[in-house]
This record gives sequence, C-alpha cells and structure tokens, in this order.
Amino acid sequence: MIAVIDYKAGNLTSVIKALGALGADAVSTEDPAVVRGASKIILPGVGHFQATRLLEQSGLTAAVRESIGNGVPFLGICVGLQWLYAGSTEAPAVHGLGIFPGECEHFPAGVQAPHVGWNSLAFPARSGGADSLLMRGVSDGAFVYYTHSYRPPVVEHTVAVTEYGGPFSAAVERGNVMGVQFHPEKSGDTGLRVLRNFLEWAC
Amino acid sequence: MLTKRIIACLDVKDGRVVKGVQFLDLIDAGDPAALAKRHALAGADEIVLLDITATHEGRGTLLEAVARTARELFVPFTVGGGIRSAEDAAAVFNAGADKISINSAALADPGLIDAIGRSFGAQAVVVAIDARRDAENKDPVGAAGVYVHGGRKRTGRGVLEWAREAESRGAGEILLTSMDADGTRQGFDCELTARVSDAVRIPVIASGGAGSVEHFAAVFTRGRAHAALAAGIFHFGVADVRTLKQELAAAGIPMRLPC
Repeated sequence: MIAVIDYKAGNLTSVIKALGALGADAVSTEDPAVVRGASKIILPGVGHFQATRLLEQSGLTAAVRESIGNGVPFLGICVGLQWLYAGSTEAPAVHGLGIFPGECEHFPAGVQAPHVGWNSLAFPARSGGADSLLMRGVSDGAFVYYTHSYRPPVVEHTVAVTEYGGPFSAAVERGNVMGVQFHPEKSGDTGLRVLRNFLEWAC
Repeated sequence: MLTKRIIACLDVKDGRVVKGVQFLDLIDAGDPAALAKRHALAGADEIVLLDITATHEGRGTLLEAVARTARELFVPFTVGGGIRSAEDAAAVFNAGADKISINSAALADPGLIDAIGRSFGAQAVVVAIDARRDAENKDPVGAAGVYVHGGRKRTGRGVLEWAREAESRGAGEILLTSMDADGTRQGFDCELTARVSDAVRIPVIASGGAGSVEHFAAVFTRGRAHAALAAGIFHFGVADVRTLKQELAAAGIPMRLPC
C-alpha cells in the first residue's frame, strides 16, 4: 500500500488518480500509523512551505524519518521535495528534513515568478540521468509541468535540472529518497513514466 | 526553456460539449472526457472546461462530467462557470479539477479569491476577466472596462486595476478575454493583452479572436501572453492543436511538441 500524506496543503485528487491509473493501491492519510505501515510514501503538496509545520506537529515527520531509515521508498512532490532540504526562505522558522543540504529560495529579482507552465528537463553530465532510477526512460529535454515560486538548489544528488533564471533541481535522488519539483501527475506521459519508475522501485 | 502554452477550451452545457470538434473517428463528439483526451494527446498543454449551463440543476451533471474528464487526463485541468462560493469550488476540486476559474462571482465578492486560494493554493485560482476597450477614452486600451453577463453588463471596474487586485488577493493566473475580439477570428487583442501582462507578475492567458497560426504568434510576442486559449478555432478543422504547435515552433515560439 502506498501512503499519500495529506497535510492540508492543496488537492490530492490528481496524485491519487494518476497512481490509480498506473494500477497502484494508494490511499491518502494523515495518520502516522498508516504511514509507518506503507510500502511506499508520497508527500505531495502545493502551497506554502509553512504548511509542512503540520507534519512535525502531527507526528508524521517522525513516521517518515523512521520509514526512510528502514529503506521505504519516499517521493516528495513540489513542496514535498522542498521539505527534503534543510529549509526554505519562504518560512525560515520551519525546518525541513535536511536530507539534502541548503535552502530553497525565491526566484531572483528580474525573473518572473511564479514559474508556471511546461519547462524542459536536462540531466547533469555527472549523473547522466541514466544512473537515476527515477529518470529511467525519460529523455533529455522532455517537458514537465511546473507551478512554484521557490526553487530547490542543485545539489550532489540532483538527477535532473531545469533552467529558469539559472538551473534548479528538477529531481533529486539519494538511495530510497526521491523528490521532484514538477508535478508528475500533470506532466503527461513523461510524468506518468516518473511515477511508474517510483512505483517499480524496489529496495 | 519555459514554453508558451496552448489551452483547448471545451464549452459544456448539461454535461455535453457544445460546438465540439468534429473528429472524424470519434463517435461521440459531445463527450467532454473523450474530447479532452483527444486534445491532450494532440499536444494541448492544458484543458479548460467551461460550464455554460444556465440552470442550478445542471451542477450535478457538470460534476459528473468533470470527474469523467479528469479520470484520464494527465495535463492541468481547469473548470469554470457557475462557481459562486468556496463550497462550489471545493466540489469541483474534489471531482478532479486542478484549477478553478472564477469571473462574475469574484467581481461580486473579491474575497472569494483569497478564500479559495487559502484552501487550495494560489496556483489553483484562475481569475477570468472579460474586458472591452473604451472607445471614448483617449487611452481606449488602458481604460478598457470589465464586463459580466457575456459582455452585456459593465461593472465599472477597469481591467488593469482589477487584474492587479486579483493578483494581490492571490490569483495564480489571469484568463483575459477581449470582448471586442471574441468570436471574430480576426486575431487576439494584443495591445490589451500586453497592457495586462505588464500590469501583473502572474501569467496572463489570452482569449478571444483566434483565427490563424499568425494570431497565436502575435499574442505570444507582441501581446506578451504566457498562454493562449482557443475553442472555436478547433471546431471546424481550422487547426488542430498538433499542427498549430508545430507551425508556431517553426516560427520560433517555444512550444512543447507532442512525442
């Protein structure tokens, strides 16, 4: 069973629907016990980084940390990816999980924000995309759908970047912990491919 | 590179598409789910379903149509028409819409923009504005007024100040329809679109007047639109989304081309 964490930051219908279309058994939950029992965990989310505060308060952060430690595959989407970093300047008092270093920051002055629409993926030469399980079968230059004003920095475990006023992390992957800044549930065949890669990921 | 978006709009009445595209091999050309899927496969970057049902009883039918359309659609999906309250919006989101579009209800109660944005995120709120140039003003474009009831009733609001207010209240995008251009197929109102684009930081979707590939190219360059919406142009085989995007890409407009 795949747990899709509901922390009251937007609409989960699209994510659940896309997982269902791929044949996955996904449930939305705000219960740490359900998260602990899940074979895979997805943290979606659109909206303010502040909303992730609820994860700490409700015991979900502890459940996620424990599951990640046990090797359960985890996918963060949009704000769910940003939460994997140390934090975000959008809500400096709220801490992320810190699996990836650095802070998410607002797009620089002179770059129109929000970044809304279809933008292309590029694979950093170092990781080559081919090494990434999440990006398996996704071609360099494939388009995905974005809607956000804060960008996650490029880090050692970045497996795909997108260019918008400079490069940012489109996807990160470190062992069983993965994240995408774009919305795979809204990114056509490319997005479904990324979700399928996550669903097929085995420890 | 961030591409310009082509948005296909389906006008739906009592759960059925009116003026639908006549795909030769499509048996049911009135089915919004089938048409939305076809447009998405042809490369439409987003789908808008606009409910033009006049009656209250039609809402249940609409929600059923939204749910069926959303089921197999994996590009952004906006639903507009008849959303009067945060509860109406919630019902449409729960049926599977990614964004809602509000027009006259937002003018009647601008706080509705804030309320829906708080619950579902700013990116999920599209404020639709129907505007008409003011021919008697020495700046007819800058003084363009905002209209409701299909362009029949003037609101007293100016398009630029209303767009700015919508943005400040947390709208994620503006869907701007030129009432002067709408239905003419003589081209988008590029001047109006450019003025609104310059007035806000959020994306502006241009609507009204699409008749040719050149019209789209013009509204993306001169009009500085982020996206362009068309319904009628696809109805009579004038252009399908795929051909339109290929020709725009050839003209140097950044486009996401279907595989």
